[in-house]
Amino acid sequence: MGIRERLSGNEAAAIAMKQINPDVVAAFPITPSTEIPQYFSTFVANGTVDTEFVAVESEHSAMSACIGAEAAGVRAMTATSANGLSLMWEMIYIASSLRLPIVMSLVNRAVSGPLNIHCDHSDAMGVRDAGWIMLFSETNQEAYDNLLMAHRIAEHPDVKLPLMVCQDGFITSHSIENIELVEDEKVKEFVGTYKPEHYLLNRNEPIAIGPLDLQAYLFEHKAQQAEAMKRAKKVIAEVSKDFEKMTGRKYEFFESYRLDDAEIAIVCMNSTAGTTKFVVDNLRNQGIKAGLLKLRMFRPFPVEEIANALSHLKAVAVLDRAESLNAAGGALFEDITSAMYVNNVHVPMVNYVYGIGGRDTKSTDIESVYHDLEEIIKNGKIENPYRYLGLRNS
Amino acid sequence: MDNLIEIRWHGRGGQGAKTASLLLADAAFNTGKYIQGFPEYGPERMGAPITAYNRISTTPITIHSNIYEPDYVVVVDDTLLESVNVTSGLKETGAIVINTTKSEEYLKRVLGDYKGSIYTIDARSISLEALGKYFPNTPMLAAIVKVAHIMEDDEFLKDMEGSFKHKFAKKPEVIDGNMKAIELALKQVKKI
Repeated sequence: MGIRERLSGNEAAAIAMKQINPDVVAAFPITPSTEIPQYFSTFVANGTVDTEFVAVESEHSAMSACIGAEAAGVRAMTATSANGLSLMWEMIYIASSLRLPIVMSLVNRAVSGPLNIHCDHSDAMGVRDAGWIMLFSETNQEAYDNLLMAHRIAEHPDVKLPLMVCQDGFITSHSIENIELVEDEKVKEFVGTYKPEHYLLNRNEPIAIGPLDLQAYLFEHKAQQAEAMKRAKKVIAEVSKDFEKMTGRKYEFFESYRLDDAEIAIVCMNSTAGTTKFVVDNLRNQGIKAGLLKLRMFRPFPVEEIANALSHLKAVAVLDRAESLNAAGGALFEDITSAMYVNNVHVPMVNYVYGIGGRDTKSTDIESVYHDLEEIIKNGKIENPYRYLGLRNS
Repeated sequence: MDNLIEIRWHGRGGQGAKTASLLLADAAFNTGKYIQGFPEYGPERMGAPITAYNRISTTPITIHSNIYEPDYVVVVDDTLLESVNVTSGLKETGAIVINTTKSEEYLKRVLGDYKGSIYTIDARSISLEALGKYFPNTPMLAAIVKVAHIMEDDEFLKDMEGSFKHKFAKKPEVIDGNMKAIELALKQVKKI
């Protein structure tokens, strides 16, 4: 039946880690994810978990310790945000290219500078091509659920890739909300034990991990990584189905909210999707056929599925919580327009960069986007597809 | 209780407005509600104005933005009345609850064209009497529970006793004082 609780997003992530009971957690505190290793370290101190907690001196070392642990053959987890992820950068690529299924909680925050501790997705977007599976979470519940599914996905023999679970800094990480937890024993059974195929501490099979990989092989190894990312789709779908059997909570590559009969829709990720649902319901009461596509699985990117889900719409707005500074548009917008183009689906599309550095996104902001979409249908014109939402004096 | 109640807290860093919003979320959660409790984080320093929020609903809450048109506003420190627009967007069907000993004339003047209900409570004297120290958040929590009809007094007292036993497991001596502060606040909050 589950356990009715109220937790912040950070508490939810820490409880998920407690129930998973990984062999190693290595982390360095950074706002707004600090509480995750903080709570987890109390579980370690109290003996609630038997994890080896490595209190490192930097995020670069946190990721390095996770890499070492996973290469040795055990489960490793970490948590970070923004500049912490920036400092991990070098090791982020090494983790994925060594095919080590590390699991990270990324509590999204603006990457400096100037210094800002609040939510946007610039940290996640900075590693979108780093070879990690990336799942986004609207609520504390989804951050928790995605973490419970993470190891099954990442460690699957067809995948063997690291995975990060994203949630919005402060907005969900520091907000107390209702949540339904899964019983400890059920989590243990669901996550299962980790049995790596090859690992350093296997004395029957001495191996080297991460040696020089020059012109003759690196290309093939990158292609294998890319293949693993493609195969991850099927595994994510299977694990999500199993999770639904256990909890009744359904997870797909994306959530289609009142989308099937919609004429206009917003595509977005994380907590803004919740505010958008609220607006969609209000607009539907006024007879406006509004819908939402909330992307959960950003990497691998569900190209055909998204193109198919958006194909019947008359206009679509993609919301990016990160400024790509490329004079073209946000990362999510580029991925979605590209998915539409290669699948030969033509729907008028606009991009809104919003919520930068924690700028609050109000329901009236979201409503204005739907009204813009109605205008686009009426006029048949998109004057500027690359716009801002919530920028002062705009 | 209405389907959705939105509450905004105004306080100063160190007075416990954030904690009060989380305790309110807890109390409402224990009566079976859907809840949100979240502070607006800024530069965190003692004495700086801070804002915290609560949503309490009988159905799941999906909205994730700050609250701009609250049903209720709680002012933990009346020195904010002249520097922060505490009634901004406050619905006139709702109420503002202020920790103050200032006169009715003064309050009506500083609240300008706000026409809704005004409740006051002297959380300082209650706190000093019950706890011997100035912690305004417990009396203010009780005041808003009463004014917004979040639950019955008895139910709230019972729930808070449980919360305090858990929260102050390592310093049980403060439980009685906090319970007394709540009892006094439930009696003393008054409409002007």
